[in-house]
Amino acid sequence: MDDALKQRRLLQGNEAIVYGALAAGCRFFAGYPITPASEIAELLSQLLPAVEGTFIQMEDEIASMGAVIGASLAGTKSMTATSGPGFSLMQENLGFACCTEVPCVIVNVMRGGPSTGLPTNPAQGDVQMARWGTHGDHPIIVLSVSTVLDSFSITVQAFNLSEKYRVPVILLSDEVVAHTRECVILPSSDDIRVVDRIKPSVPPDWYVPYEGDTRGIPAMAAFGDGYRHHVTGLIHDKHGFPTQNSDEIEAFQMRLTQKITRGFPEIQMSKEYLLDDADVAVIAYGSVARSAWRAVQDARKHGIKAGLLQLITLFPFPRGSVAPLLSSCRAVLVPEMNMGQISREVHRVNQTNCQIVKHNRVDGQFITPTEIFKKLIKL
Amino acid sequence: MPIPAQALRHDFLRHDKKFPHVWCPGCGNGIVMGSLLRAIKRLELSKDEVVLTSGIGCSGRMPTYLDFNTLHTTHGRALTFATGIKLVNPSLTVFAIMGDGDATAIGGNHFIHAARRNINLTAIIINNSIYGMTGGQYSPTTPFGSTSTTSVYGHIEQAFSIAELAATAGASFVARSTVYHTDLMDNLIVEAVKKRGFAVVEVISNCHVQYGRRNKLGGAVDMILGFRDNSVSVRKAATMESKELEGKITIGVLADRELPDSTEEYQRIRKLAKEENP
Repeated sequence: MDDALKQRRLLQGNEAIVYGALAAGCRFFAGYPITPASEIAELLSQLLPAVEGTFIQMEDEIASMGAVIGASLAGTKSMTATSGPGFSLMQENLGFACCTEVPCVIVNVMRGGPSTGLPTNPAQGDVQMARWGTHGDHPIIVLSVSTVLDSFSITVQAFNLSEKYRVPVILLSDEVVAHTRECVILPSSDDIRVVDRIKPSVPPDWYVPYEGDTRGIPAMAAFGDGYRHHVTGLIHDKHGFPTQNSDEIEAFQMRLTQKITRGFPEIQMSKEYLLDDADVAVIAYGSVARSAWRAVQDARKHGIKAGLLQLITLFPFPRGSVAPLLSSCRAVLVPEMNMGQISREVHRVNQTNCQIVKHNRVDGQFITPTEIFKKLIKL
Repeated sequence: MPIPAQALRHDFLRHDKKFPHVWCPGCGNGIVMGSLLRAIKRLELSKDEVVLTSGIGCSGRMPTYLDFNTLHTTHGRALTFATGIKLVNPSLTVFAIMGDGDATAIGGNHFIHAARRNINLTAIIINNSIYGMTGGQYSPTTPFGSTSTTSVYGHIEQAFSIAELAATAGASFVARSTVYHTDLMDNLIVEAVKKRGFAVVEVISNCHVQYGRRNKLGGAVDMILGFRDNSVSVRKAATMESKELEGKITIGVLADRELPDSTEEYQRIRKLAKEENP
C-alpha cells in the first residue's frame, strides 16, 4: 500500500473515500446499492477481502447499518455508504449506535430530495437530517468534503473521531465531489495519524462497560475478548443494563452529550481563506466551497476584500469559527444547494449586526463561481 | 443425563443483573431460555465465545439476564447485527433470539435473506402468535379468526408458518418444537448450533396473558397441554392428509441440507482478492 499511496493518481471522490477508509483501518463494509454512492461499495468489495477485511451487500440500508454496528461491536472499524433514501432507512440503527456508543462511519453522498428525489443531481439537502434524523437527543458528528483529496483525508478524520469519541460520524459528500475526477497525491501511511478505540485496561471482572473516563468516554471491549457485557438501545446504567432510575438516566444523557462538548476544539474543523482583512465573507461547505473559493479570488481581483470560511465540521456547528467572522465582517454570504440549512445555523450563532445573505439552489444544478461572485459584489 | 437447573442458574445467569425479569408468571420464554442454556452446556461452549443477540419484545429481554456477550438490538434487526458480528469473528457462536412479530413482520426481510445468505448463525424464534409486550395486537402468526386488541371482530388475515417460510427461503437447518417438548427443543438447538450455515428453531409458545385469555384457551398450563395434544412429529405428519393436519403443530426437523456456508466461502474470496491485489 505504501508505494501505491505515494503515486499520483486520478481518482474520483468516491474512490478517495475508499482509500481513506482503508488507510484509517476500516475492515468492514455493509451497504446497499444506491446512486451516487455505489462506487464506494464496488471498490471496497474488491479491496477489503485482500486486506483480511469483509464486504457484504445487505438486503437494505436498515440491515446494512445493523451489520456495521455488529461488526464494530466485534472489534472491527466499520462503515457504510449511501445516499438520501438509504440514509433515511439508516436512521433507526444510527440512533442505536449513538445510544450504545458504537464507533462507525456513515457516508452520505447527497442527491436531490425529498423522497426518491433527483437521481442523480447534486444537492445538500440532508444536512439537518444528518444532525437530527434519528429520534431523541443524541450526540453525533457531521463532516463534509469538498474535494477528492478531502474525501481521502476527511474520511480518515471521520474514523479517528468516531473511534476516539465512540460516536457515529456522518460524512457528507455530494454528487459533484463524488464523481469529479482529480489528480491527487495521497499522503503516505507514515503521514497519516490513525486513532483506535481505547480498550479496557482492567481485568474483565472490573470492567464497567459504560463508565466514562475523565473525558466521559468508556473503554470499549470487543465481543469475544473475554469482557462479557450487555449492549442495549434501552437507556442503561454504567453497567449496560436497562434503567428507569431518573438519576441514572440523566447521568447517561449528560455524559453522552458532554463527551462531544468537551471535544469541541478538536472536532470543529474549518479552513480559512483570505479572512484576515476580509470585509465580506462566504461561508460554504462541500462542492459549493470550491465555487466559493474561485468567486472570492475573482472578487479580490475586483478590489473587494472577500474571504472564505470552509466548514468541514457541520455539527457540532463550529460556532468558534463562525462567530468571530460575524463580528469582523460587514456581510456574509451562505450559498447552499438547499433551502438554507446551514444559513439557519449561522443565524442562530449571530449576535452582531452582520448581514447574513442566503443563496440557495434547489433545481438540481450546481452553484457556479459566477453566481457566487455576482452575489458577492452586491453585498 | 439431565442438567440440574441450579447448575444452569449458577453458571449462566448474570449475578450482577437486577432481577426480577420482565416475563409474566407461566411465560414460555423462560422454558426456551432453560433449553438454550442446557444446549449451550451440552455443546461445552465457553461463555466468552457465545454471542446472544435479540430484537424488541418480551423475547428481546432474554440476553439481558444471561452471562454471555449480549446485544439487545432494534425491533426485527437482531439478524443484521448478528451477521456483522459473525462475519468479522467467525469463531464466535452467534444466536439471534426473536419473537414472531420481531422475526417475521418488522424483521421479515432480514429473516428470509439471512436464510438465503446462509451465514452460520442460529435463530431461535419464540412464536406466541401475538404482540405480547405492547398489549396483545395481532402478529403475522395470529390465526385466522382469533381475537386480539387490534382484531376485536376476529382476525381476517392468514398466518405465516415460520419454519416452512425459513425452509423455503433456503435455511440449512429448520426445526420446530413447542415449549411442552423441552427435550426435543434441547436436541434441536444443539443440532442447530452444530449445523454449518443458517439454522432456525421455531418454538411454539404460550402468551396466555395476551392471547390465551382473549381466545378462551385457558391459563399457561392449559395452553401448554394444548401444545402437547396438538403436536405431531414430522414423520407422522408425512403420513397424514392435509385436512387432518389442520390446526396441528408439526414438530421435529423440517429441513436439513448441506449448502455452502457463506462465512467459510468468504475465506475463499479473501484468497482470490489477495492474488488479484498483491
